[in-house]
Amino acid sequence: MKYNQLSITQAQELLKKKEATSLDLTKDCLEAINTLEPKLNAFVTVFKVEAEAAAKLADKNLKSGIWTFASHPLAGIPIALKDNFSTAGMKTTASSKVLDNFYPPYDSTVVKKLKEAGAIILGKTNMDAWAHGSSTETSDYGSTKNPYDVGRLAGGSSGGSAAAVSSHEVIAAIGSETAGSIRQPASWCGVVGMKPTYGRVSRYGVVAMGSSLDSPGPMTKTVADSALLLSVIAGLDPKDATTSPNPVPNYLQELAQTSISGLRIGIPKEYFLKDAQPGINNLIIEASKQLEKAGAKLIEISLLDPKYSIADYTIIQRAEVSSNLARYTGVRYGGGRELLGAEAKRRIMLGTYALSSGYYDAYYKKGEAVRQLLKDDFSRVFESVDLILAPTTPTTSLPVGASADSAMFGELADVLVEASSLAGLTGINIPVGFVGGLPVGMQLIGRHFAESTVLAVAHAYEQSVNWKDNH
Amino acid sequence: MNSSKNKYQLICGAEIHVELNTKSKMFCGCKNDPFGADKPNIYTCPVCLGMPGALPVPNKKAIEDCILIGLALSCKIASVSKFDRKHYFYPDLPKGYQISQYDEPLCYDGLVETSYGPVRITRVHMEEDTAKMHHAVVDGKKVSLIDFNRSSVPLVEIVTEPDIKSPEQAKEFLKKVRDIIRALGVSSCDMEKGSMRLEANISLSSDGNLPNYKVEIKNINSFRFFANSLEFEYKRQSDILDNGETPVQETRGYRDGRGTVSQRKKEGAADYRYFPDPDIPPLVVDDIWLSSIKSRLPKLPDQIAADLVKAGVIESAAKIIVNNPDYFSFITAILTLEPSMVKIAANDLVNKKIDVNTIPEQYLKAKKAKADDKITDETILKPIIEKLMTENQALVEQYKAGKTGVLGFFVGNVMKATSGKADARVANKLILSLLN
Repeated sequence: MKYNQLSITQAQELLKKKEATSLDLTKDCLEAINTLEPKLNAFVTVFKVEAEAAAKLADKNLKSGIWTFASHPLAGIPIALKDNFSTAGMKTTASSKVLDNFYPPYDSTVVKKLKEAGAIILGKTNMDAWAHGSSTETSDYGSTKNPYDVGRLAGGSSGGSAAAVSSHEVIAAIGSETAGSIRQPASWCGVVGMKPTYGRVSRYGVVAMGSSLDSPGPMTKTVADSALLLSVIAGLDPKDATTSPNPVPNYLQELAQTSISGLRIGIPKEYFLKDAQPGINNLIIEASKQLEKAGAKLIEISLLDPKYSIADYTIIQRAEVSSNLARYTGVRYGGGRELLGAEAKRRIMLGTYALSSGYYDAYYKKGEAVRQLLKDDFSRVFESVDLILAPTTPTTSLPVGASADSAMFGELADVLVEASSLAGLTGINIPVGFVGGLPVGMQLIGRHFAESTVLAVAHAYEQSVNWKDNH
Repeated sequence: MNSSKNKYQLICGAEIHVELNTKSKMFCGCKNDPFGADKPNIYTCPVCLGMPGALPVPNKKAIEDCILIGLALSCKIASVSKFDRKHYFYPDLPKGYQISQYDEPLCYDGLVETSYGPVRITRVHMEEDTAKMHHAVVDGKKVSLIDFNRSSVPLVEIVTEPDIKSPEQAKEFLKKVRDIIRALGVSSCDMEKGSMRLEANISLSSDGNLPNYKVEIKNINSFRFFANSLEFEYKRQSDILDNGETPVQETRGYRDGRGTVSQRKKEGAADYRYFPDPDIPPLVVDDIWLSSIKSRLPKLPDQIAADLVKAGVIESAAKIIVNNPDYFSFITAILTLEPSMVKIAANDLVNKKIDVNTIPEQYLKAKKAKADDKITDETILKPIIEKLMTENQALVEQYKAGKTGVLGFFVGNVMKATSGKADARVANKLILSLLN
């Protein structure tokens, strides 16, 4: 078995027993990247030299005892980052040619925390340019293909991270979600994707998309790995005024300690779309029965129709995008503003319109009011249930080129995750089986800062079945 | 320029920008010292350069200073306010927007009294300064250079209602606001350096109502220029109105010696596409925080002047003292340290022009030492005088015969005997009583 096939916890076992070195792990990942990239295009940049040097240093420090697995919980583990996380002195493009030659002078807080935990930064993964999309087809560096079928999409915007984890090019990765950008590609690529509560993980140094929504999070092979990564990257950041002072638990330890017996899981009927791809809803119901067997109580609930969240999310996100991209029309980071792609231009125009005097009240302000209604709707439901369970996406991975004809492609692909993103809630995608040979994902949505519960239930499901047997 | 003498009533509102002197900038930890920097672009970081991914975190001290200004201008303080993004494209604004406060300012509804009538304060809000442009010639080419040392320096904007009716009132009002802010110690208010900047909105009314146009004058860097621009605009706009026309709504700049010069015509208001900055949570000022800020509020010039008059300082001297920032801080210190010395200190400041850089504690100590040195104790002086008289019986007789001039001899010798430490007044009195 190649080391790149391992999960973080499995790799750590080998490192602890000195049966493998960080350099072994790193080299196997680099080799897999070398083999698979021509087909997948999951990476924008691979830091081969830097990663090998960092791995050697990790091995040295572990050997000498300067590092322990307690002091450095990710010691020697190769990890890939979505290309919107600033990495000091290392190219950060957000998959836009506008930043084609941008070497940031600073590390984003997530990167800083990963480095401090001993992780090896293997490279930067492909994404929709500026995170605008759910396919990676708006990337200026080509789209990322689905490891299960290279004629299909990895999803997005964190498609590169999802494909890299799914294909074992890396052991784990970091993505970011505004509404669906972690959970949707995780669903299409058959990996675990954890979207933390807004404010749980610092946005400092992440190229901004929708600032009131952006949530960095882990994309991994197992729920335990997501728990471990989240414990490292979460927490109050003096450089991000929107981060929460809530203490960060050891999510990995809490996995074992949280019982799901008696936990109330709400099944929202509005999220099982009538026109969903046949087979998906059934797989999700089967998965929910699995949790019932493990002691959870299933309760049918009603939420606002998710279709309302599409328009609301579009207004708010476009408004914030139009403002956040303003800086690239002034200071130049290598590429000029003429390199902004069609999708970015569409978003700038729509957002500018929504914020213009005379339209602000009708669009942005109303959008904020609707957002409050969506939040209230979840608060109401969370009075009677502990968790919400639903399909992550209404379809499995779509063919390459699918986004070209639809300016609203992403919003439609993400219809089932937008409302919870607008409400700032935490959620996770876990793979539950296949339809037509392509992975299907189930999402669990929790209250604000209920990451422990979300992870524990996802973990319980994952331990109870081998999802790859479900066809 | 009042309506009894003239056909039109001048109507003016002021906008005052003040850079705060906090240690760090408004939204990052960079040093806030654009004037002290010996090179451009040395106090910068990803945040104040507006780099991809950088985020603003508000400076608590700056917010407190802004509230302090609001309190000193008798404003109400909003228990909840927020920061907004104001979008416009200019090279000195790297993010493409300025973080400001739009419809929920920190402070609102204030008032400043002047001898010509009150000037209402509409609002006092917090924002960030822009970078500074330098237009220069480098290698024979005209270039525009940008210095980001000033980018994101905390900036407070004070906006008044259109209550200013004359250049005299404008001057008094502006001076008063400057003196108050200096007394708070939150800004140097140095107009030459640009830490205080003025704008005027001017129109003329023939019926006392607010007319449907206003002319904005920017880049005014002294109180005199502010008053001059009011006078200039009064004349210019009167001429237009006399011809039956309405002055154009526009932005003009003040040029010394030339008056105001048209810069840009306005087609209605510019669209800044304000919206709440999602990077900064709403700002909640609770009672505990507010009262701790209130406890920082020092006595303001008006109050200090009243205290001085009460202590026996004449009103004109009190005014001179509170209008001079150095005198003001000196006398404020004396008021807290040793109130009984205020009258003497005021006299020393105004009439003796003592060095204002003297530390107030040292000044008081020196005064006290001088007072302590003088021998006023009669039991010490009496034997000295008696001895002198015994030794100089002839002079005593001369005095008694009417030669009062010999008094000087005794005083002089008492001084000599005490190495000049005898209190002359006490010695004099004692000698006289002994001679008689």
